[in-house]
Amino acid sequence: MIADDHSDRRSARLFVVEADGRMRDLPRAGLGTLFDPGDLVVANDAATLPASLHGTHLSSGKAIEIRLAGWLSRSDPTRFVAIAFGSGDHRTRTEDRRPPPALSAGDRLRFGTLEAVIERPLSHPRLLELRFRGSRAAVIAGLACYGRPIQYAHVPEPLVLWDVWTKIAAEPFAFEAPSAGFALDWCTLQAWRRRAVGFTTLTHAAGVSSTGDPALDLSLPFDEPYRIPKHAAAQVARAKLRGSRIIAIGTSVVRALEAAANADGSVRAGNGIATGRIARGTQVRVADAILTGIHQPGESHFELLRAFAEDALLATASATLTAYHYRTHEFGDSMLLNRQPLRLSARIGPG
Amino acid sequence: MQTKIDFQGLRVAVTGGTSGLGLALVRQLTANGACVAFVARTAANVERIADETSAYGIVGDVGKKADIYPVAMQIAAVLGGVDVLINNASSLGPVPLALLADTECEELEAALAVNLLGAFRLTKALFGALAASAREGRGALVINISSDAAVNAYPGWGAYGASKAAFAHLTAIWDEEAKADGIRLVALDPGDMDTPLHALALPDADPSTLKSPELAASEIIEKMLDAFPAGARLEGEQA
Repeated sequence: MIADDHSDRRSARLFVVEADGRMRDLPRAGLGTLFDPGDLVVANDAATLPASLHGTHLSSGKAIEIRLAGWLSRSDPTRFVAIAFGSGDHRTRTEDRRPPPALSAGDRLRFGTLEAVIERPLSHPRLLELRFRGSRAAVIAGLACYGRPIQYAHVPEPLVLWDVWTKIAAEPFAFEAPSAGFALDWCTLQAWRRRAVGFTTLTHAAGVSSTGDPALDLSLPFDEPYRIPKHAAAQVARAKLRGSRIIAIGTSVVRALEAAANADGSVRAGNGIATGRIARGTQVRVADAILTGIHQPGESHFELLRAFAEDALLATASATLTAYHYRTHEFGDSMLLNRQPLRLSARIGPG
Repeated sequence: MQTKIDFQGLRVAVTGGTSGLGLALVRQLTANGACVAFVARTAANVERIADETSAYGIVGDVGKKADIYPVAMQIAAVLGGVDVLINNASSLGPVPLALLADTECEELEAALAVNLLGAFRLTKALFGALAASAREGRGALVINISSDAAVNAYPGWGAYGASKAAFAHLTAIWDEEAKADGIRLVALDPGDMDTPLHALALPDADPSTLKSPELAASEIIEKMLDAFPAGARLEGEQA
């Protein structure tokens, strides 16, 4: 558990990269003083599921860990895409975890009293589709009882749910925490409100950020469902009309907004699926800035940042972050990256 | 008196939902079309009331820190969010009632764990869901079940009364803080009721002098409507 380590979060830092390339080092507590009246902050209010289950592969009797990684159907919360691991736990780096037992369609998995059936193995030995047996409520109760948040090798103490729910967490829909949202607290939201900075949320099923397997990581992120409420879409449209900025809290918000984007930078309300990668060359139409954790070149989250700024600027920012000892993990420091004007002009070009 | 209102689609969570006032609330809310999830400690009782009412039953102890987030996760998942949270589960403290000087520290802690900390923790865990409901225009309300023992200095009711007094003040402060987020918190005193908790406290009380939990529940539901933003639920998004 890391929840008692409040001083860690309260001493967190914020690195600001302005659109013109200027950089500032701030305490993250100063987030409430940033942004202009009329700007709109959009966050992901998905709560995080206890998506890691340790149990038994019944036909072999071997230990197995399942990490739920994607919804097969939003209307059926008993069926998931999952990643399987063999014996061991999170204290072993994901890259070094043993493979799961050989998996076949119809194999049964047992997690306490919760039972699942493999519907079909997918293209990678660790990847599968499964269905939990029982009613929707029974499956949710089983996950609450036997599931744990997906753990990280760099966090020695076991993570529990309160460690991975942001303060704005609402419906359990994400498989890993939309961790940029850890920067938000109710005091910051009140400060924004006093300064007429808007705040709204969408709900996006943030998935696993890394599987530990290079081949499998190439297929990340998986298709991720999201929902944009009507009021949030209306707020985005109004902000765009008045020329205010949209600040996305985290990569999952960027993915949802861009998946729902209209050509004029407004977004469609409702349910959708965010597919594919946002990376260098992707036209970002909605978000003018992103608040994100500190990511290293090569990580999928870093690749998304390349849609906001030129590589040279990101390289300078990364070097500065390293020099200033910014903390890179999910519970670490934050960076606010404003989209460069070059990228802004790109969006009104052909296509 | 039974409140006859269409609560279709209203998402309500009730703690202590298998006996007394909580059970009456679960029955009346489900009968009026609300989507209800309730929490109680004993699995067999939870199963029985879930079968009877069609509400979602969740096994958990709000007095235990480790239970709170799994309970909150189930509430938010089965209901798809929360519009109303009713913190009803209560602990009497020492049974039989005891003078404070005779109350064990652990007995006071047990009363605080359920009546104050448990309700605080669950509200905090569901605060994001309540705020999301408010943003969608559905309204968001927390009803904290209080007692006249929170106000009056009844000898023998020290652990219970002190915990309920702290709970009432926490409610008042939190309501001031959360108004701007569209979340209201109210503390309601249902009066002396003919419930298992009351029987534990005062086994010799004449039940005929006590309010029925059904009447208290209908009064609370009426106050819930008063406290809810007018028409909020009807205007909320049907996403």
